[in-house]
Amino acid sequence: MPNTKTYKTAFLVLATLLIAFFFLNISLGSVHIPTKDIFNSLLGGALENKSWQYIIQDYRLPKAITAIIVGSGLGISGLLMQTLFRNPLAGPFVLGITSGASLGVALVIMGTSALGGIFTAVLISKWSYVLAASLGSFLVLLTVLIVSSRVRDTMAILIIGLMFGSITAAVVSVLSYFSSAEELQQYIFWGFGSLGNLQWDELKIFFAIYCIGIVFSIASIKGLNTLLLGENYAKSLGLNIKQSRLIIIIATSLLAGTITAFAGPIAFIGLAIPHITRQVFHTSNHKVLLPAVFLFGAIVMLVCDSIAQLPNTDYTLPINAITSLIGAPVVVWLLVRKKKMLF
Amino acid sequence: MKEENRHTILETKGLSIGYTSKRAVTSIASNINLELHEGELVGLVGANGIGKSTLLRTLTRVQQPLKGNISIHSKILNTYNSIDLAKVLSLVLTETVASKNLSVFELVALGRQPYTNWVGNLSETDIDIVNSALAQTNIQELKHKKCYELSDGQLQKVMIARALSQDTSIIVLDEPTTHLDMYHKAYILKLLQKLTKETNKTILFSSHEIDLAIQLCDKLIVMTKDGIVTDSPKNLIQQGAFNSLFPKDLIIFDEVTGSFRVNK
Repeated sequence: MPNTKTYKTAFLVLATLLIAFFFLNISLGSVHIPTKDIFNSLLGGALENKSWQYIIQDYRLPKAITAIIVGSGLGISGLLMQTLFRNPLAGPFVLGITSGASLGVALVIMGTSALGGIFTAVLISKWSYVLAASLGSFLVLLTVLIVSSRVRDTMAILIIGLMFGSITAAVVSVLSYFSSAEELQQYIFWGFGSLGNLQWDELKIFFAIYCIGIVFSIASIKGLNTLLLGENYAKSLGLNIKQSRLIIIIATSLLAGTITAFAGPIAFIGLAIPHITRQVFHTSNHKVLLPAVFLFGAIVMLVCDSIAQLPNTDYTLPINAITSLIGAPVVVWLLVRKKKMLF
Repeated sequence: MKEENRHTILETKGLSIGYTSKRAVTSIASNINLELHEGELVGLVGANGIGKSTLLRTLTRVQQPLKGNISIHSKILNTYNSIDLAKVLSLVLTETVASKNLSVFELVALGRQPYTNWVGNLSETDIDIVNSALAQTNIQELKHKKCYELSDGQLQKVMIARALSQDTSIIVLDEPTTHLDMYHKAYILKLLQKLTKETNKTILFSSHEIDLAIQLCDKLIVMTKDGIVTDSPKNLIQQGAFNSLFPKDLIIFDEVTGSFRVNK
């Protein structure tokens, strides 16, 4: 096979880049910490400067891991959706899945006061965000899928995704009318997206759900490849379409839903990463694309986070803005250069 | 006849085809008795809207028959599980592939899906079969091209190669010659004829190229409003089966040349 050999070097380069950017991401921040101390701390050694140790081990390291999970997870969910919907523009953001998650979180943050304080005690915790966001994204994806099985026109599916965005915006503005300033602020901050809010115990749960999503993604590789031919051909090859679809949907809603829940809505990564990957790996085989998208997504997210952190300053820019600033031009550039987008 | 000794691949008995909706049952054709043998090139001809697609869809289990039986290798079609069916029956559809970003090799290799493991790894045997499918359809030089770089004629050959790599005893093609120029129409049908001889597979296709089908097919299924007749092209011409295919005021069948002409 000529294919696998050439990709080995590409994978090696990407893996090296991932490790390099991982360390770069940890070494950059508002406080300057010498490289030697960073390595020392990461290898488990104790630092003399306790605040440095705290910054690295309890802030920067979880943040870098979160960046890897978020970037790779969103990239993979975008890849899965582009194949499932046979549409190069599909992605968690465009299809309204992020909106669904946002709606869930908005209902939890602001809906509690609008609905009365009975549920407040039960609902106000980080876990309720996670649950609401996952549920929201799952419901939206299910609706999109039901519609897409009736309407063959893929444009209609994208419009439905946009409509979900509008509905979310409308519900949020209605809710914000009734809710307090703090709640509104809480929701807006959540909307900026953030990689650095997670404690280790939260990160563990996040990572566990992410792993389940990845397992489902890996399980759907063969089905995804068959779906590249279209559903009728896939059926004629003996593929159980309903089962494959369900696995893909579970994988994407687990990934996109929990990521949005833990890190807020993060735009364009899901859409742009699979396309960037296809520029380097000239294949449609998901067995190659899936790990490649994982690496690209993780690298791009680490870079975006390093930029958002604005090294050696006290400012942190909203990560959602950075990914949009990078992602949107990439999509435009791809369209202009390739004349059309393929998946 | 020598033909009678050949192994029967696909058989229908008292088959009725059509659609069932909530309100009514629409029958399109009934009492269809077909027998397709191995190594036969079979053409399905008939006017637009006569039910060719419905017949093919029923024979390939995309839709259910209203009545009667279909069997492949003497086994009732509905008793096959989907993977086993994919190992005896492959399709070339009119629709184009969803992803034009697939390379020719990747696309043809997808025909091996029913045989590969859970992640779809190709074994040495799989790769050999894919390569021989590429060779049989004369598209080795296209191997690394992407589908969006191909012409319609090339893409059709690739789709036939994919069906070949699925290694089934019967291949069904739905109008494989549409959108092609005259040369490629003849080329594709001639290729199908060559494949039946070389591989001993049964190939069934629907087509509007009746003139070409008469010249190349071993057997023709002619669908008219009055019913379905199946026989060799020569016998069908003698029976005058083509005369009632289209309204006579516009198109007449010329039995001498075996072709249609416009009634001037």
